Amino acid sequence: MKTRRSAVLFVNAALALAAALVLLPLFWMLSVSFMQPGEASAFPPPLLPAHATWANYAELFQHAGMGRYLANSLLVAAAVTLLSLAFNLSAGYAFAKLRFAGRERIFQILLGALVIPAQVAMIPLFLMMKWLHLVNSYGGVVVPALASVFGIYLVRQYARAIPDEMLEAARLDGAGEWRIFVRIVLPLLKPIVVTLAIFTFLASWNDFMWPLIVLSDQAWQTAPVALAGLSREHVQDNELMMAGSVVTILPVLALFLVLQRHYIQGLLLGSVKG
Amino acid sequence: MTGRAAAWTFVGPALAVIAIFFAVPVVAALALSFTDFDLYALADLRNLRFIGLGNYVDVLGAPLFWKALFNTLYFVGVGVPLSIAASLGAALLVNSPLARLRGFFRTALFAPVVTTVVAVAVIWRYLFHTRYGLINYALGHLGIAPIDWLGDPHWSMPAIIVFAVWKNFGYNMIILLAGLQGIPADLYEAARIDGASSWQQFRYITLPSLKPVLMLVTIITVAGYFQLFAEPYVMTRGEPLQSTVSVLYYMFQEGFEWWSLGRASAIAFLLFAVTLAATRVLLALSRRGERA
Repeated sequence: MKTRRSAVLFVNAALALAAALVLLPLFWMLSVSFMQPGEASAFPPPLLPAHATWANYAELFQHAGMGRYLANSLLVAAAVTLLSLAFNLSAGYAFAKLRFAGRERIFQILLGALVIPAQVAMIPLFLMMKWLHLVNSYGGVVVPALASVFGIYLVRQYARAIPDEMLEAARLDGAGEWRIFVRIVLPLLKPIVVTLAIFTFLASWNDFMWPLIVLSDQAWQTAPVALAGLSREHVQDNELMMAGSVVTILPVLALFLVLQRHYIQGLLLGSVKG
Repeated sequence: MTGRAAAWTFVGPALAVIAIFFAVPVVAALALSFTDFDLYALADLRNLRFIGLGNYVDVLGAPLFWKALFNTLYFVGVGVPLSIAASLGAALLVNSPLARLRGFFRTALFAPVVTTVVAVAVIWRYLFHTRYGLINYALGHLGIAPIDWLGDPHWSMPAIIVFAVWKNFGYNMIILLAGLQGIPADLYEAARIDGASSWQQFRYITLPSLKPVLMLVTIITVAGYFQLFAEPYVMTRGEPLQSTVSVLYYMFQEGFEWWSLGRASAIAFLLFAVTLAATRVLLALSRRGERA
């Protein structure tokens, strides 16, 4: 009995310590973001602001243009999420339930393409975007993300469980394929729609390398690209940079906390290939 | 007609996007890697010349490429085992029947995964500050003299690895948790009746049952860690003494700072080849392990 009690203590103490270490950088970011300029550059490092202030946030939105960057991020991530849902849902459903020539082979090729890292395509894609006049526009980020193999795969796995009899019955009643998709299939796919939506939104919001390449003009930059630029200019302004990190992270962290069950489900569905 | 033709209206748009914005650029990148595409060609395509394997010869002869490859292999070779050890440790703790508040701990440990890498790299850059950073402050209590984490070429990569482990371990923790929950409880029951200790249960039941999942997360993580870019971009800009220039960072510099797009394409393919070789070797090793 005694060994069990000490084991309980050990496991929970280890978990508490791990959680504290993992969360400490995030709490510290929040704390420093409310400090006076220069206050964090002291020894020993202060853990809490002496006189909490919103000054860094005011500076960020009034002079550093953070409002615009966050709006850019929101627009891009929302557009990518909505549009890619339409493309991936219809394609994933077709790969699961509709018959067409080469269905299995095309799907295998798509899965095979997953081994090619995205940046192999980036250089010609940049030239293509330049040619299409999409460099330094939302389109440059949104258009290449309109469909994804991962999204199609996720929907296909989920849609396979839809009973064929249900679709056949609707066809016998004379319903067209798109009507069946909208009226019968989409309601059944609702859980995977939420999962894919939050996955896509977070990935798009957090994306860095491609937006960095295609959005060199500040007016169009997303929050992470702008933040990286600011952090190179303002190496000494820690309090300001922490406020910038807070406003960049907060939207996605909040979204994750609200919808985490769906997010975790997508993560598990997506990584157990086969 | 209806069935098959209708099916193409469902898959056509998505396949077109993937073909135009992924398949074509990949093929074009291969073609580009055999040309001297640079700023002059960008201005006028008539300046473009086919140079065969010239870019590959150049890149393989550039000391910075080998430095970048070494740095990347260092990051993968040390970072992946540490990340997976952290994921496994966390998964075992959260999965323990003795753990309280499991939901809370799972969420807390997973939180860094959903954060924006640029934003948390900014935080860690300051945590690693030589004079005012919390990390040196904590180490000071253990009697360790301040380390110039991001300014000393010996410590810059370890610092980036620590950051990457913190940022990423939660992802594999979730996958390993699912794997742990898939191990039949009666296996442990039988082992306990036979008097097996906790360590023996871990060694002879948990680890072997988890092996396929461990292999899966190792391969995913290796492939991901080869794409190191944002961390050095924000935290060190590849410095000090180019000790944190990764292959992808090198490609970015060649391509989008110097506009040597042909050479950058060659670097992209070399990185792809190295990544593919590494994951294939791991796959082969795991298959051989299964047969033995």
